[in-house]
Amino acid sequence: MGTRDCGHICGESSPGIGEGGKTGEWRNSRPVIDEDKCTPARKNKPTCFLCWLFCPEVTISKTIPLRIDLEYCKGCGICAEVCPTRAIAMVDEEKFLC
Amino acid sequence: MTETNTAGREPHDQMLDGNRAAAIGAKLCRVQVVAAYPITPQTPVTEALSEFVERRELPAQYITVESEHSALAVCSSASLVGARTFTATSSHGLAYMHEMLHWVAGTRLPVVLACVNRAIGAPWNVLNDQQDSISQRDTGWIQIYARNNQEILDSVIQAYKIAEKTYLPVMVCYDGYILSHTEMPVEVPSQDAVDRYLPPYRPHTVLDPGNPKNYNLVTLANPRANAEGVLCHGYMEIRYLLQEALQKSRETISAAGQEFGELFGRGYAKLLWEHRMQDAEIAIVTMGSLALEAVVAADALRKQGAKAGVLGLRVFRPFPGRDIAEALRRCRLVVVFDKNVSYGNEGATCNEIKAALYGSGTSAAVSNFIVGLGGRDVKARDLADAVKGALSSLERGALSNECAQWICEI
Repeated sequence: MGTRDCGHICGESSPGIGEGGKTGEWRNSRPVIDEDKCTPARKNKPTCFLCWLFCPEVTISKTIPLRIDLEYCKGCGICAEVCPTRAIAMVDEEKFLC
Repeated sequence: MTETNTAGREPHDQMLDGNRAAAIGAKLCRVQVVAAYPITPQTPVTEALSEFVERRELPAQYITVESEHSALAVCSSASLVGARTFTATSSHGLAYMHEMLHWVAGTRLPVVLACVNRAIGAPWNVLNDQQDSISQRDTGWIQIYARNNQEILDSVIQAYKIAEKTYLPVMVCYDGYILSHTEMPVEVPSQDAVDRYLPPYRPHTVLDPGNPKNYNLVTLANPRANAEGVLCHGYMEIRYLLQEALQKSRETISAAGQEFGELFGRGYAKLLWEHRMQDAEIAIVTMGSLALEAVVAADALRKQGAKAGVLGLRVFRPFPGRDIAEALRRCRLVVVFDKNVSYGNEGATCNEIKAALYGSGTSAAVSNFIVGLGGRDVKARDLADAVKGALSSLERGALSNECAQWICEI
């Protein structure tokens, strides 16, 4: 079966999670959070969340502790850059291959 | 001031230059959004349309923009929200639209553009040749070339019919000054008749806040399932559909021309036009207003005993290759006059005609002449002399099939 059945004649989609594809597949390095340094985790209070605010792919949750959706995280490293306590390290994906 | 009232129930004749014919054509099609940036020799088209809008003869949005790139971007967005749109440009303006030409075709938006053919720099020149639109032949637009001002008006009306049926943008091309600034009698159809011919625009998709959609987001190489789990096109599938639509549009163009003829008495069922081709051994091939000189040249050659005819290209994209091969089947010499050059090769129409003849069984020799660049006058006598020269070379066995000859004084 080909793609004709989708009925589109140009690039078209409805907004939704994953409509741009699994962007996490491109990642070279992933953010790893050190909860001993992360302000909300350390204080157990909803505070800071700068990484949540700045993540361009909306892959970081506004929760305690923070969760990162690695299916869509592209590994851009903005979260690590904006973290005031340097709680996020960008770790090479090679380290996660078994 | 030329009479602009076209609301009547009867067709009427007017003396119109090509630019006004294009503007009246767009008005009769009830265009809803016009965005254009003035450039010589297209400027009077934008002036006429802004007059129509200002006088409330045309209930449309006339959007002034800072560039041709923006003009086509506006038309693209307006078309995507469901409006019938029109723009016009020439030369460097068309070159500046280049990127958006691809976007409009790739989004399958039925925008109609009048291209008033003018030379491209360097050096500066504002006069006529067809290098501007020929340079855009690979952008996925249908290209129609008019021979006279009547054909400009008729082609604009047919363009909307074709565009909105095929979801392909259409460029109506006509020679700068030779047609754009020359008045000739034009029969202006009645608004009622055009309304009967052209139903309201039905977009293939409408950008609507109530039903949000993404258009033209990053589309990677391979097909993949969308958020709803439906397998959607990759980049290649979308581009294939564009090519398929162009290839199939021949039938729509022909049907739109046929129906136009039934309603208005001027038929355009063929993508080519012919003059005395039935028994022609020598074919003169031209595109655009050079038709008139070509017809005079062919008639003069006939008087001198050469069986000459004229084959004109009305539609250049989609290229009517099979029809051309059929029309040239019995010829022994084909002389192609191009007002453009594919630099490093030869004239674009000659190049494509040669490709069309490949495998068709015709043994005609093909000779190419580059003429009329930057407004250089082309007389019927020049065409006839070129044909006689090619014929004599052919008879001596010295005809070069490889190099285009330039009719200039170098």
